[in-house]
Amino acid sequence: MIHFDNICKRYPSGYDALNRINLRLHKGQMAFLTGHSGAGKSTLLKLIAMIERPTRGQIFLDGVNLNNISNRKIPYIRRNIGIIFQNHHLLYDRPVFDNVAMPLIIQGYRRQEIRKRVRAALNQVGLLSKEKSDPITLSGGEQQRVGIARAIIHKPLLLLADEPTGNLDPELSLEIMQLFARFNQVGTTVLIASHDLDLIKHTGFPSISLQDGQVAHNGLPFTVSNN
Amino acid sequence: MRNNPRKKSRLRSYFSHHLRTALASLGRLYAQPAATLMTAAVIAIALALPVGLYIALDNVAKLSSDWDGSTQISLFLHTHVKNSDAQKLMNQLQTHKQIKKIDFISKEQGLKQFRETSGFGDALKYLDSNPLPIVLVVHPKITGNKADATTLLVKELGKNKLVELAQLDVQWVKRLYTLLEIANRSIWVVSTMLAIAVLLIIGNTIRLDIQNRREEIEVSKLIGASDAFIRRPFLYTGLWYGVIGGLLATIVTLVSLALVENPIHKLALLYSSDFRLHGLGFVKTLLLILISCSLGLIGSWIAVSRHLKEIEPS
Ligand SMILES: Nc1ncnc2c1ncn2[C@@H]1O[C@H](COP(=O)(O)OP(=O)(O)OP(=O)(O)O)[C@@H](O)[C@H]1O
Ligand SMILES: [Mg+2]
Repeated sequence: MIHFDNICKRYPSGYDALNRINLRLHKGQMAFLTGHSGAGKSTLLKLIAMIERPTRGQIFLDGVNLNNISNRKIPYIRRNIGIIFQNHHLLYDRPVFDNVAMPLIIQGYRRQEIRKRVRAALNQVGLLSKEKSDPITLSGGEQQRVGIARAIIHKPLLLLADEPTGNLDPELSLEIMQLFARFNQVGTTVLIASHDLDLIKHTGFPSISLQDGQVAHNGLPFTVSNN
Repeated sequence: MRNNPRKKSRLRSYFSHHLRTALASLGRLYAQPAATLMTAAVIAIALALPVGLYIALDNVAKLSSDWDGSTQISLFLHTHVKNSDAQKLMNQLQTHKQIKKIDFISKEQGLKQFRETSGFGDALKYLDSNPLPIVLVVHPKITGNKADATTLLVKELGKNKLVELAQLDVQWVKRLYTLLEIANRSIWVVSTMLAIAVLLIIGNTIRLDIQNRREEIEVSKLIGASDAFIRRPFLYTGLWYGVIGGLLATIVTLVSLALVENPIHKLALLYSSDFRLHGLGFVKTLLLILISCSLGLIGSWIAVSRHLKEIEPS
């Protein structure tokens, strides 16, 4: 699903955030991305979401070489990805329902379909009763879950999460990780950047650890490459 | 790669999306009535000004073409020319292609008119003989606004042996045409400048709008919104500004016309003319609103193409 081939990323400031990264995450796998602050976790996720472009090397997403994707085509790549951020990026000028519906509106879904899917997604994250609330009135954990509902509403093939439990208590963090595991069970590939080593251990999913822009440890099970 | 909704329903959903975007943009403007009206009023004034000038000029042109019909050339014959010779000249000129009609004013008639209108009636009693010449008043045929043709006719008539002086009574008509031409061009210059001003106003308003919705734009880009999708609400906002500005400009114009119409008609009556002010008319009003809409769309397009690129998720 994701294949990093000798990826380097140098920011315009001249800093090398990633250095010769080689990685393979297969379809249906779920893994964590760990490492110290500044190790390059966010940078790696941004490269997949095409928020940044690599300086060197190639990234394949579901077999598509992202280097061949023009800026105009980026939206269509992103429609296959669900992205979750630490600061959930919700829009406070509209209710929860409208926030969650955004990916479907963008893709031109019909109204009944949108209503059905938003309800289902909110139900999955346990917030069906809050569909008419303003996001600002929700707790941090609830807002994070709205962000997750928005990321999975269009049934993406790949789910990327950057510190999704950054400011949540352990209990809620675990709950959210279990939510990701459930999406993974129905076939979604999941990659989560996180500091929380205890939590990662607890969930039992493999992790890739970065250090100074390089892969220090790759805990992914070796599988025969079928890409 | 994706299981997309089916084609037919997508097309329908595309149009309903446009409709919803347009209404949402209008709703945003409605939510801030004061700011919206202020911007629209500036646009309306900038549009109504050249329109007002245009209407004024149009009316003067119509009025002057009425006067053009009353253009006449006075042929003052030499004092020694006798009535019979003058009559012959008149008959001869009446066959001229460019002449519609000729009035004959004999020496006696001239004196009588002079006495009645000049106020020197008593002084004239002391004259031994009538000092006035025979005058032929020539009414030229005039097609269009050809002041030059009239001038040529004056020259031609002046060359006749019997004629001492040929004088175009309304020479200022020609000057008026020149002035009208200048005014006409000035209006184009003013209109162009004001149109640019409208573009700048709308562009700047949309730029602020884009800045205020930065967060929304970023999120939309992150979840895969196409550029066209992100552009759309701003283009509709620009279009609505054009619509509202155009309608306001029409209202301003109509009200202004209504205010001056009565006094002008009264003035015209004093000059025993049935002149009436001509407004914009239906077609030109539509054109005004169309131009306004185009300016709104172009202005927002400029702003959008310049400022949307700057906003990228990070
Ligand atoms: N836009 C940028 N311009 C320049 N340098 C950057 C930029 N973004 C990140 N960096 C640098 O690249 C390095 C990696 O950053 P990144 O955000 O990927 O780290 P991270 O592993 O996500 O850290 P954290 O756990 O603190 O979020 C950091 O040293 C950072 O300063
Ligand atoms: Mg980070």
